[in-house]
Amino acid sequence: MKYFPLVWANLTRHKRRTVLTTLSVALALFLFASLRSVVTTLRAGAEVGSESRMIVQSAKAIVFFLPMNYRERLLAVPGVKAVTWADWFGGVYQDPKNFFASFAADAESYLDMYRTDFTLPADQRAAFIQERTACIVGQHLLEKYGWHLGQNVTLQGTIFQGDWTLTIRGVYHATTPAFSEDALMFHYEMVYERYPRWVQPGWYVLELTNPSLAPQVAAAIDSEFKNSSDPTKTGTERAFNAGFVTMWGNVSFLMNTIGMAVVFAILLVAANSMMLSARERTNEVGVLKTVGFGDRLLFGLVMAEAGTIALMGAVLGLGGAKLLYPAIHFSAMGFLPGFAVTAGTLALGFAIAVALALASGLVPAWNAARLSAVQALRHVE
Amino acid sequence: MKIPLVYNVRSLARRPVSSAMTALGVALVVGVFIAMLALANGFKMALVRTGSPGNVLVLRKGADSELSSGISRDNAAIIGALPEIATGGDGQPLVSPEVFVPMNLESAAGGGEAQLVVTRGVTTRAFEVRQGVRIVHGRMFAPGRDEVIIGVAIAPRLAHSDVGDTIHFAGRGWLVAGHFAAGGSSFESEIWGENEQLMPVLRGQVFQVVSFRLKSAGAFDAAKRTLEDDPRLQVDAHRESEFYASQSLVLRTILNFLAVFITGIMAVGAVFGAVNTMYAAVASRTGEIAVLLTLGFRPRSVLASFLAEAAFLALVGGALGCLVALPINGIVTSTTNWSSFSMIAFSFLVTPRILIEGIVFSVVMGLVGGFFPARRASRMPVVQAIR
Repeated sequence: MKYFPLVWANLTRHKRRTVLTTLSVALALFLFASLRSVVTTLRAGAEVGSESRMIVQSAKAIVFFLPMNYRERLLAVPGVKAVTWADWFGGVYQDPKNFFASFAADAESYLDMYRTDFTLPADQRAAFIQERTACIVGQHLLEKYGWHLGQNVTLQGTIFQGDWTLTIRGVYHATTPAFSEDALMFHYEMVYERYPRWVQPGWYVLELTNPSLAPQVAAAIDSEFKNSSDPTKTGTERAFNAGFVTMWGNVSFLMNTIGMAVVFAILLVAANSMMLSARERTNEVGVLKTVGFGDRLLFGLVMAEAGTIALMGAVLGLGGAKLLYPAIHFSAMGFLPGFAVTAGTLALGFAIAVALALASGLVPAWNAARLSAVQALRHVE
Repeated sequence: MKIPLVYNVRSLARRPVSSAMTALGVALVVGVFIAMLALANGFKMALVRTGSPGNVLVLRKGADSELSSGISRDNAAIIGALPEIATGGDGQPLVSPEVFVPMNLESAAGGGEAQLVVTRGVTTRAFEVRQGVRIVHGRMFAPGRDEVIIGVAIAPRLAHSDVGDTIHFAGRGWLVAGHFAAGGSSFESEIWGENEQLMPVLRGQVFQVVSFRLKSAGAFDAAKRTLEDDPRLQVDAHRESEFYASQSLVLRTILNFLAVFITGIMAVGAVFGAVNTMYAAVASRTGEIAVLLTLGFRPRSVLASFLAEAAFLALVGGALGCLVALPINGIVTSTTNWSSFSMIAFSFLVTPRILIEGIVFSVVMGLVGGFFPARRASRMPVVQAIR
């Protein structure tokens, strides 16, 4: 540790170079953390969702409705404790670019079904349930559009034609990452009343008495409706979410490949700068050797220099990513709810920094160690 | 007087490792840049090629995708009687009322995994309306039979999709009569069958869209006005090419954002690398610069020379990046088109324009990275430097 001032003095001699190298390491690790977090968030999205809730959808495709009378029949299946249903509404607010999830659900049973996933003040809940044209929105969505409680919001239906004016009666906070705060929910009855001959539930959500019953319940439901005109596909909520994640295709592969390219690119930048520094100081190494610095010590000094740059870069880049994304509520327009830089990503980032230090410091350190004093001193720039 | 460029090239060659590393860093950035743009471009082109500017697509009013649209038989008949519609060889209007539904289909990966794939019910007319669609294996589906044809892009990704196989959806088996190509458009990610066969098993007595060919592309405005003003209809008319291009908007926005975000950050890193290299170059050539200045070269020439050196270094990197990225052209990948919730297979598309953008990008990185070091070189006091 007593040599740290020496390492530091070497680093601050070319302040600009040190700062630039550190910053490029920081930027690269920031980018690495961001890209990897896309992958981990998608993966986490496939793993959130309760194992004790199941989703029943049309086996034909998710765009098909399921008959309303399935509700009673689902409730009668052994192991099913509660049933609710919803429809994807897909409304547009003012401009098609303002994309957020909007859906119509059977208010009371839906709020009960997801009671553990969000918080909504009791008075707001009551006000929402009472009023047919009311809606509740996530806290984040409310802030994004600057809405307030009691405001009327008009959505243009894309699937359900027409203008739909809803009054915000409640604002909820999500308590699990799977439950998006970028969503708007209103009454199924409202859509049904306007299109009574057409609208039926898009999907049912079931609560099980015991999560371990999931396979039996799924099999029982799907075989019951198998030969009807609306066969069902039943799975746990987790599997349902995982299905959406696979729809992204090989985005993980893409992110990982780019991540590798980024890491390799910084390796080049950092190694280059370490080599520049070492080359310029060849005769200094000679002086140090002459005054009695050992080979091993010189090796360590150069490595320490590389390590300091890599670690400072890691702290800046990884710390920056960790702090920045929650601060700006980043969720990629709602496509990546619960976007977070995980501890695993941070650990991997630090591992890369260490590897970077080794890779960029090794050659200059080795050269410094094995150089003979005479040769070094003769070397004239 | 200008300092010859060969001086810079030789200088770079004297520091081979450091020059190569800087160039490689730039190459990686440009490579990623091109790959990202090629991805966004490939996706866009798949959808843009899907539409023709001479065609009109009619959807229900307010529907933002074929998925959410619906047009009754009566309305389809009214639309088909429009005078602006071109007629085929047999004197009949070139109109194609179509059923459009994404269906769960078993993917080729196995394991019972399902993919949402667009199933489109068409008439044989559709092949005249949508020019460029042709059968590449097998034959057309026969009207009145449970037969389908599958797009070439999606066929390898689905189970039971070879010609002669029976593919199951909507509670029925369908004979795969053939595979069709459509010039790289998103139709190649669809399954086509006869609309009268598909309609009853899919969404009831309703079409999703009506597509027709205009007598002349200029007649669009008149046709649009007539359709949208007709009190019997509640429809929006879109120019087909514009409509499909708009369907790629969500994903394209994400891809373009990613391209800018990722390569932007990488570029800053690469510029830092170039700055370091160039400063080191200037520092180690202090004597040379002094000689140049003493010989009577103007500081401006020295500035230009060092800028040229940085730009040249980056240019080499950029060219290398282009070479590295070129093989991805044509690689097929797939994702979900969020407008229809269904799978779309498309290929990376590297165009000359993207390559030129990559090269320009690399030179800009070089110039930015070289500017401050070059300015230092040009402002060097001669006496001090030569000592």
